[in-house]
Amino acid sequence: MSAIEAPEPPLRLTPTGWTLLGLAGAAILLLLASLTGVIGKGNPLDTVFIDPFRQMKDAPDLLVQTVWEGLVSGVLYALIALGFVLIFKASGVFNFAQGIMVVFAGLTLVGFYEMGVPAFLALILTLGVMFLLAVSVERVVLRPLVNQPDIILFMATFGITYVLIGLGELVFGGNPKQMIADQLMLPKGSIEFPFAGGFVALQKIDIAAALIAALMIAALAFFFQKTRIGRALRAVADSHKAALSVGISLNQIWVIVWFTAGIVALVTGIMWGARSDVSFALQIIALKALPVLILGGFTSVPGAIVGGLIIGIGEKLGEFYWGPLVGGGIESWLAYFIALAFLLFRPQGLFGEKLIERI
Amino acid sequence: MTLRKLTLGTMAAAAVAGATAMALPASAQEIYVPLLTYRTGPFAGSGIPIADGMSDYLRMLNERDGGIGGVKLSVEECETGYDTKKGVECYESTKGKGAVMYNPYSTGITLQIIPKAAVDKIPILSMSYGLSASADGNVFPWVFIPPVTYWDGASVFIQHAAAVEGGLDKLKGKTIGLIHLDAPYGKEPIPVLEKLAATYGFTLKLYPIAAQDMQNQGSTWLNIRRDRPAWLYVQGWGAMNPTAVKEAAKNGFPMDRMVGVWFAGGDDDARGGGDGAKGYKALNYHQAGANYPVIQDIMKFIVDKGQSKAPKDKVGESLYNRGVYNAMLIAEGIRNAQKITGKKAITAEDARRGLEALNITDARLKEMGMEGFAAPLKLTCADHSGHNQVFIHQWDGAKWVKASDWITPQKDVVRPMLEAAAADYAKSNTGWPQRTEACEKGS
Repeated sequence: MSAIEAPEPPLRLTPTGWTLLGLAGAAILLLLASLTGVIGKGNPLDTVFIDPFRQMKDAPDLLVQTVWEGLVSGVLYALIALGFVLIFKASGVFNFAQGIMVVFAGLTLVGFYEMGVPAFLALILTLGVMFLLAVSVERVVLRPLVNQPDIILFMATFGITYVLIGLGELVFGGNPKQMIADQLMLPKGSIEFPFAGGFVALQKIDIAAALIAALMIAALAFFFQKTRIGRALRAVADSHKAALSVGISLNQIWVIVWFTAGIVALVTGIMWGARSDVSFALQIIALKALPVLILGGFTSVPGAIVGGLIIGIGEKLGEFYWGPLVGGGIESWLAYFIALAFLLFRPQGLFGEKLIERI
Repeated sequence: MTLRKLTLGTMAAAAVAGATAMALPASAQEIYVPLLTYRTGPFAGSGIPIADGMSDYLRMLNERDGGIGGVKLSVEECETGYDTKKGVECYESTKGKGAVMYNPYSTGITLQIIPKAAVDKIPILSMSYGLSASADGNVFPWVFIPPVTYWDGASVFIQHAAAVEGGLDKLKGKTIGLIHLDAPYGKEPIPVLEKLAATYGFTLKLYPIAAQDMQNQGSTWLNIRRDRPAWLYVQGWGAMNPTAVKEAAKNGFPMDRMVGVWFAGGDDDARGGGDGAKGYKALNYHQAGANYPVIQDIMKFIVDKGQSKAPKDKVGESLYNRGVYNAMLIAEGIRNAQKITGKKAITAEDARRGLEALNITDARLKEMGMEGFAAPLKLTCADHSGHNQVFIHQWDGAKWVKASDWITPQKDVVRPMLEAAAADYAKSNTGWPQRTEACEKGS
């Protein structure tokens, strides 16, 4: 230790810090202006920056309801995003087929049930089908493409998508089907309770969805962080060659992650299917995970969770409080906007690994 | 790839393409009717029953009557997936085979091929969808939009709301919402609703649903809960409709205050909502159910022989009957063209004349086994829609039942707006051709 104290460094802020400071300052100024009446009601600044918050304060029940809806969507987005993250970690591929896997799993489940198989047996059979799918994807698509550039594998998932679309239409037809939510003992109806002068209604199916998704996320996180297979998976994620050299079976890992992605797809299919119906339109839902992945980072499990929640709650709040200002329907792009806003400050995503490449 | 391989590949591809094109020559003694349908993709739920109804009716005519006027119909479906791009491809690839008219079954596709119709001289029959302004036959001689336009539909919805509330003056100060697909189709009724809002003093709230959020409508319904509209009009399609019905039931929106346009009135749209969907209303211009001689004939000649793609219990559902009604218009247009021209194998230009002079009377409906199935319909040279009567269908938990009398759209409001919009369209599309086609006598 040196005897002479180093002089205090002058206050230095990173660009992020400056931006945040600026935003906070602007917020305080706006608040003051509004309180003192400089910006009155109807002023554009008031409409955009003050009025939505006033609405939140005036009708807290709607705020709670909105946040709850966002939370439920967020957990479901997180679940879908997790399906992507697992495959990305294990094989470095963005799995374009995840969306159609959701549809395929849902259709298979309903299809088995319509054939007269009891609901829970149908669930188990569907898991079997998803396992078969994982094995065939590994055998037919991934194994021949080992050591090919990532983009080739990515394109291969497009191929899988179209095969599954065709197969699904061939076997089940294009008709939308009703999800067998009752038969699977999923609750219906809602719990309503008075809150701050209004009421908040929680759908039981949403509560169940949030709980099941949260449990699955926890189980998957545990599985991939704490078990031997999880360690193997992370080894594969770091380097295929190194993993092979210590005797990890790449093929086995691939089957496991694709099967896991299949399970995630099935749960997603059941939950979204129960909210509307099971049809090929559901595959678009999976693309909802894209902004989540951008935000959370493609390789991070906690990123998928936190990202899902931020996107879910953010887009619902945005649509509900700011959407009407521009005629509504902003939800679909707002998610990307939120993700991009975060990326300005953390280009690698919230929890993504910082890429350091030396030339 | 070597040059040789490339050449070989190109030749092989050309051969395949050529063979496909040769596979279906429209013979001189056949009338070729392409149907742009969609049995796949996100909108298949609405597309399949309509495709089945159309193709079953036309093939039934072949089986029962030997076609129309002794000429068999050659019916070919082209899969669009409700994708405008693919629909235009379907149009381009079938128009050379002697197509007598097009049924695009998508507002997006209709908008794309409207400018082509006058050039290719093939009429478009966009039955109660497409560009509302195309009801003006003076500007759009090649486009037909019977029996009503979306604009008529919106006006009927307002009349129904007023009737329930106890008069048009009771709408003053109320909020009326439109939840619609954020696409050309969904936006169609907005101008009329805005105009009626100004006239009757209600507030119009719009709730657009992006196609990718069709099954993710949570926040929209929160907005509806906040705004508390007294009535809600649904202009949705495909997976958007059952989701909206489910959300409405979930949010406790009074179902008998929620009215869908005819395309939001499918059986599958309401069924998913379970008990909560009971009371949901939709506009319609034809009945549901199989108890009509025409549907029985389809059963006898097509379904019972296993030639239909529709499962038996779906025959007679609302959207299936929509397809039947649409096919009836196609057939009547062709029959009319044969009558006017005296030809058997008519051309597309003849079909246009036939459609323009369409006059389906009660007597003709009865003859076709459609008594009570639909209202009479008459088109003229200037009026390509007819602004026909519509009624309210209501879902009773298991099927659609008629819940109102026939309601005539407010033609006095809608027609001037349509004509103005048609003139605008012609003006903004520089070089839009003046009508040169002569009108039939008496139309």
